[in-house]
Amino acid sequence: MITLPHFLVLSGILFSIAVAGIFLNRKNVIVLLMCIELMLLAVNFNFVAFSRWWGDVAGQAFVFFILTVAAAESAIGLAILVVLFRERKSINVENLDTMRG
Amino acid sequence: MLTTLLFYVFATILVGSAAGVVLSRNPVRAALFLVLAFFESSVLWLLLDAEFLGLVLVLVYVGAVMVLFLFVIMMLDINVAQLREGFTKHAPLGALVAGLMIAEIVYVVWVRHLGMNLPTSAPPLPVNYSNTHQLGQILYTDYMLPFQLAAIVLLIAIVAAIALTMRHRTGFKKQDVSAQVARRREEAVRIVKVDAEKAS
Amino acid sequence: MMQNYYLAIPLAPLFAAILAGLFGRLIGRVGAHSVTILGVGISFVLSLVVLNEQIGGAATYNAPVYTWLVSDGLSMQIGFLVDHLTALMMVVVTFVSLMVHVYTIGYMHDDPGYQRFFSYISLFTFAMLMLVMSNNFLQLFFGWEAVGLVSYLLIGFWFTKPSAIFANMKAFLVNRVGDFGFLLGIAGVVYYTGSLDYLAAFKAAPAIAQHSMVILDGNSWNAITVICVCLFIGAMGKSAQVPLHVWLPDSMEGPTPISALIHAATMVTAGIFMVARMSPLFELSDAALGFVMVIGATTALFMGFLGIVNNDIKRVVAYSTLSQLGYMTVALGASAYGAGIFHLMTHAFFKALLFLGAGSVIIAMHHEQDMRRMGGLRKYLPITYWTSLIGALALIGFPGFSGFFSKDALIDSVGLSHAPGAGYAQFCVTAGVYITAFYTFRMIFMTFHGQERMDHHTREHLHESPWVVTLPLVLLAIPSVFVGWFTVGPVLFGHWFDGVIYVAERHNVLGELAHEYTGQMGFVVEAFKAPALYLAAAGVASAWYLYLKNPALTDRIAAVMAPVIRVLDNKYWFDWFNENVLARGARALGRLFWKVGDEIVVDGVLVNGSARSVGWLAAVVRHVQSGYLYHYAFAMIIGLAAMLAWLLARA
Repeated sequence: MITLPHFLVLSGILFSIAVAGIFLNRKNVIVLLMCIELMLLAVNFNFVAFSRWWGDVAGQAFVFFILTVAAAESAIGLAILVVLFRERKSINVENLDTMRG
Repeated sequence: MLTTLLFYVFATILVGSAAGVVLSRNPVRAALFLVLAFFESSVLWLLLDAEFLGLVLVLVYVGAVMVLFLFVIMMLDINVAQLREGFTKHAPLGALVAGLMIAEIVYVVWVRHLGMNLPTSAPPLPVNYSNTHQLGQILYTDYMLPFQLAAIVLLIAIVAAIALTMRHRTGFKKQDVSAQVARRREEAVRIVKVDAEKAS
Repeated sequence: MMQNYYLAIPLAPLFAAILAGLFGRLIGRVGAHSVTILGVGISFVLSLVVLNEQIGGAATYNAPVYTWLVSDGLSMQIGFLVDHLTALMMVVVTFVSLMVHVYTIGYMHDDPGYQRFFSYISLFTFAMLMLVMSNNFLQLFFGWEAVGLVSYLLIGFWFTKPSAIFANMKAFLVNRVGDFGFLLGIAGVVYYTGSLDYLAAFKAAPAIAQHSMVILDGNSWNAITVICVCLFIGAMGKSAQVPLHVWLPDSMEGPTPISALIHAATMVTAGIFMVARMSPLFELSDAALGFVMVIGATTALFMGFLGIVNNDIKRVVAYSTLSQLGYMTVALGASAYGAGIFHLMTHAFFKALLFLGAGSVIIAMHHEQDMRRMGGLRKYLPITYWTSLIGALALIGFPGFSGFFSKDALIDSVGLSHAPGAGYAQFCVTAGVYITAFYTFRMIFMTFHGQERMDHHTREHLHESPWVVTLPLVLLAIPSVFVGWFTVGPVLFGHWFDGVIYVAERHNVLGELAHEYTGQMGFVVEAFKAPALYLAAAGVASAWYLYLKNPALTDRIAAVMAPVIRVLDNKYWFDWFNENVLARGARALGRLFWKVGDEIVVDGVLVNGSARSVGWLAAVVRHVQSGYLYHYAFAMIIGLAAMLAWLLARA
């Protein structure tokens, strides 16, 4: 029998993999963006699961908004990436230390 | 029973593809693994009776966002070898943090049951239940303003993405209509008296 | 319409002061002295009218003129209280001021600050009139501070002279000490009565006497005593009573006319006037009266001693002023307010006369003030000599002269007083008579008699001062002789101060004296039975013997009395104490606060320290800001994991 904890743990695992991915692919911005997508997916999992178990469709409305914002976020993120590559001929995050004081 | 089986199958593939996103050498592969992960999620959401969102996920994410990702990856000439350098440098730390988080989540959810009495099974759905209908019902009533805001967010994202990536190239000719219309005779023509008698 | 011409009395000099001060260059020297003399003259004439009305039995006028502000029920107003006391003071102030204005034309003849000087003394007249005419504590304080300000400006009138700057700073600082007490006293009155108005406060005064206040832990004081002592501390500053007297001798750095006007006749008597005005308060506290009496007696005797050893003609008169102020204060302490005010009035005339006489001598001697270089001036300056002699006789209490009546009445009333310290006070004032006579005639003899000790050049140019100088001398000599004779009956023993000055029945020494009073002649005859007159005569005689007959003996006595002379020469070390203990202590304390409090604690620890610690913290934290995005991401994720762990651990 599949219960709510199953989904929650699955989403937790997904989230943790994404976290680990950020640690591993710290240089590759594209993969970092993908990891963030993965994290959002994990969060959406939680929303959908809770929505089903509590019988409240509002959770799914939130997923809807998260998807919207995530799409916008990845669009802008990729746009920045393109500009960045144009400037530096590389997307290596290691080179991005202009924020250093 | 079938649901349980399906859940485990798809969950396993989901976790595997997520691991693939994180571990693949090639960003294109990672993107494709992510596509797979979205598909699996979509299926799992269908199991959760969230048909509309499951389909939207496939349509929007797989159909649009991931295509965009792939497009960018293909477009940029990425030196993969350089990006892979020191791949395992922070792996132990990442594993530790990820492991810690999984342990915490499992502890909270599985052991402590979120500190409350969780229902053992999802409430049964009414007979003529339509997920899309329900979602539309609240999205266009209770969440009217946030819905509009989301639209504006998307619009801004479009504008921002264009503004960021648009290049002003110089050096090639184009027509400037207003400049043409604003031109006056005095600026353009110079009348010179040529002394015809005196040829040089 | 009464009010309008009352208002004109202080405003005429103010207007003149503004004209002379701001438009001095425009109206010139003649314009400046004309306009100020006119202003003060108007005040004087109107004051005479007011006095005449009061003699004629006019009712006491008491009304606000203008309400400045009302705050929390406390009304701050400008108002006039015109009664017998005020009328008397107004006439004295405006008369002496008028004389000094005229005299100044001669004295300041060559001074570049001519217009400025006239502006100041007119401003002073305005301030002093505001002080005496006030019907509330706030205006009293205004006048009090305004006369202090003008005094400061005039002591430092020759502002290029370092000693003058030192003296005016000293006067200002010492007066601040007194004013602080005064302000506390006023605050006490407001605190207990809730009113700044004299009559309201006096009405509530008996109720204050019921209160007691705790100043230091475990000490309970009667509120009225505390208020009176605080008010009297103000009077001590302004009227130069020990130990706040130190500024007055130094104030002689200013031009002589203002020494006569401000530092002898009027401003320094403001304290006496104020205490007399506050008689309903002071009468309620025997302790405060005793305090007043002891301070006054000490000043009267010990400041007189200093007059003996000084050689500067103006300083001798200044110490004489201190001593006479002490007499007045003793009278206040003995509850003989009438006698104090009466002496104030006569003293104003003859001391202004003596000062202006000294000024005339100084003009003749080309601004030489040392009496050791004078002598024999009688034949060069006859008018100055005779008028100064009249002033001196009035001062020592020659029978029939104004000072005689006031001083004798004062000594008698102290003799009758039962206030604490009365015995000491009686000894001081009686011994003071001898001292007064001695130093006064020492000054007269050293200046006008004996051999001529000035240099040849000065002697050739000696001549009597112009009429603008001698006229005021003569005009002041007249009241110095006669004012006592004509006023002793009504002012002192009559009912002049009834309803104005309040004296408790058990303190009423003047009332007792009045029973024995049989007229001026009787008073003179009576005096021959008392020791004071003989002491004065002895003082004159010994001054004559020591300074004219046998000057050699003076030196021998000085040699024998060397330690005493040393004490006197150092003015009892008051200045030494102030400069080395109080001023240096304050400076040391200030330096301590500056070095430790400011430089180390505030600058070092608080200001630079916080900046340094921020800098240090930033230097440490800067390592965290690597600029690498993933470092921040790591920090966020690790923080998230840690926060989750913390939440779990808490649950």
